[in-house]
Amino acid sequence: MSGTAFLEAVIDGILTGGVYALMAAGLTLIFGVMDIINIAQGIMVILGAYLSLWLSVDLGIGLLPGLLITVPLMFCLGVAIEFCFMRRLRDQDRAQMSILVTYAVAIVIEGILTAIVGDNYQQLSASYVNSSVHMFGFYLPDIYLIGFGLAIALLAGLYYMLYRTKFGRAVRASLQNRTAADLIGIDVNRVRTVSVGIGVAVTAVGGMLFGATNSFNPGTGYDLISRLLAIVILGGIGSIAGAMGAAVFILVINDVVAAWWSPTWAPIVYFAALVAVLSFRPQGLFGRVAVRAQ
Amino acid sequence: MRVLQRVNLSYALLAAAALMAAVVLAVADNSSAASAHTTAKAASLSPITIGVSLSLSGDFSADGQAYQKGYELWASDQNKAGGLLGHPIKLDILSDASSTSQVVTNYEKLIGSDKDQLVFAPFSTLLTVPAARVAARYGYAMVGGSDGGPTVFSAGLKNVFDVSIPVKNNLVTFAQWVASLPKAKRPKTAAYVTVDDPFTQPQIPLAQAILKKAGVKTVLDKVFPEEATDYSAIANEVATAKPDVVILGSVDVPTVSAFTHVFIQQHYNPKAFIATSGPDQGQQFVNAVGSGNENGIFVPNGWYPGFKKADSEKMVKEYVAKYGGTASGVNADVAEAYSVGQVLTQAVKATGGFNQPKIIKYLKSNVTLNSVQGPVKFNKLGENLAQKTLTFQWQHGTLKQVIPTGTAGSVAPEYPKPAWK
Repeated sequence: MSGTAFLEAVIDGILTGGVYALMAAGLTLIFGVMDIINIAQGIMVILGAYLSLWLSVDLGIGLLPGLLITVPLMFCLGVAIEFCFMRRLRDQDRAQMSILVTYAVAIVIEGILTAIVGDNYQQLSASYVNSSVHMFGFYLPDIYLIGFGLAIALLAGLYYMLYRTKFGRAVRASLQNRTAADLIGIDVNRVRTVSVGIGVAVTAVGGMLFGATNSFNPGTGYDLISRLLAIVILGGIGSIAGAMGAAVFILVINDVVAAWWSPTWAPIVYFAALVAVLSFRPQGLFGRVAVRAQ
Repeated sequence: MRVLQRVNLSYALLAAAALMAAVVLAVADNSSAASAHTTAKAASLSPITIGVSLSLSGDFSADGQAYQKGYELWASDQNKAGGLLGHPIKLDILSDASSTSQVVTNYEKLIGSDKDQLVFAPFSTLLTVPAARVAARYGYAMVGGSDGGPTVFSAGLKNVFDVSIPVKNNLVTFAQWVASLPKAKRPKTAAYVTVDDPFTQPQIPLAQAILKKAGVKTVLDKVFPEEATDYSAIANEVATAKPDVVILGSVDVPTVSAFTHVFIQQHYNPKAFIATSGPDQGQQFVNAVGSGNENGIFVPNGWYPGFKKADSEKMVKEYVAKYGGTASGVNADVAEAYSVGQVLTQAVKATGGFNQPKIIKYLKSNVTLNSVQGPVKFNKLGENLAQKTLTFQWQHGTLKQVIPTGTAGSVAPEYPKPAWK
């Protein structure tokens, strides 16, 4: 493997990692805040892609301006899902039951999407989807550069919200001790609802980027969920920075192994790396304790 | 108590949601017998039910839905013509979500529980092998249109038939055409990348051997996993190697689309680009790669919408009338499914009933049957050796037959491939 090919694989892994970080950010936030394993994350990514598609094809609204509409819409969806389903789960078996509940949510969303749009593959288009810039001897696709920039900006915003605002303190207080948070006047239900809303809203951005870089139909979301869960676990449950770091780590390993050895071995190697990291740091790169205490 | 009530409420909501999902999926995904039953005109006798498991969701969903339309169209036509021996045809379609385990469950249900009198094969070589084993246990013939991978015919099954061309030969005509180009024009390098799938992998070695013999050097030869969600790494590798010819073993639109977008981003335009499946998906493929970028891309197949044959032209017209769109958007899967129905119709008529051993014996009797794709004549393994592989190319927004050159219906291939849009 030449040095150029190695560098190209690393760059590709980093840029693609940004897109995956955006898709995983909502998952880690909801997991960290509520102990909810959101199996519906994959289909929510696809829903985000479809919302962008409808806005661009039917209303002529570009993919990036369209986020001003899709993000609030997905926020409302997250709030509705939390209110209707997640809030009603008992604390003691919340994580286990959430798998069933969110799976049901995923099937409902997939069914509705299938009924509306069918199973035909679609892909988002815009002038920057196929264009690229030539830097340091490499063609860097504009859509991935945009995705990486959006990932940095949004994840930094989420980080700031969680660790530097009053709302973020309320979120973390609710996580540490719900009863104590209640006693000091925090409206725990509201905090959780808003957190899920934000988690799902961020997914709208990940969905737009996924739809611009891959063909999708309502069934595509299932292929994503294993990789997204691997990112969340490796990064540390609830850690926004961890999601970014783990996404880049996994995608760089994937791309380098694919180029150097074989694409067939790439997922095996990154899952082996995941196991190796968790053997030494069971809490992931940024563990939950650290996440909640920052 | 209120807590318990809330919990109960949440589970009631969940149950309602799951029920709703089941209903929605049933409507969208599982064209049950009721929707698929065509209006019978023959109908004085009791209906005959034909069971089939189709990939209406999952990786093969685009093909599965096209197959469903092909079967429905055939059943509708056949019912208008008097059904099967006077019995109106009912289709009993189940969705297998492209899953090798679900397809087994479905055929157990279709044959063992529903007692369907005939079955069609599911979509793909991958799903047909486990499905055919179930059918073989019950002694049923399994005729399909997309089960031409060698693993089907090497599985020791005596009941399986594929009305289309055996897949291992799919790329041969293309490779022979490349090899026949004058030396100055002939590509010098080729990349072979394929998904890990029994449909695609057997196609590569024959094409590679022909091109190697013609002096075309292999610069990349890789297999990538079927479960891949991101193709940029392998597609970038191809673009970096800059081969003159790219031979992509693909089973669906997203794979070809992902490679196409990466090639465009990397300012790499091969002289020839062929994909084993995906470009045959009509408008879906064009939408995915972006209108204009489909031009120049080749795909091997046995049929295309402009195929000059009376029953094929009639089927295309009926398809457009029933499902809308344009003739060029009609997927080759539709013709494959329709052909399956035609072949089974001829077998039932010739044997005078629905006796499975008789049908199997008849299909293996060296008889030449008719289909919209052309003649069908099975060898002892169940392969159809009566048809020649054709290669098609997107030219100016239309899929055209180009290889073998000089044969009826072929236009000149565009080489080198035009620039991306």
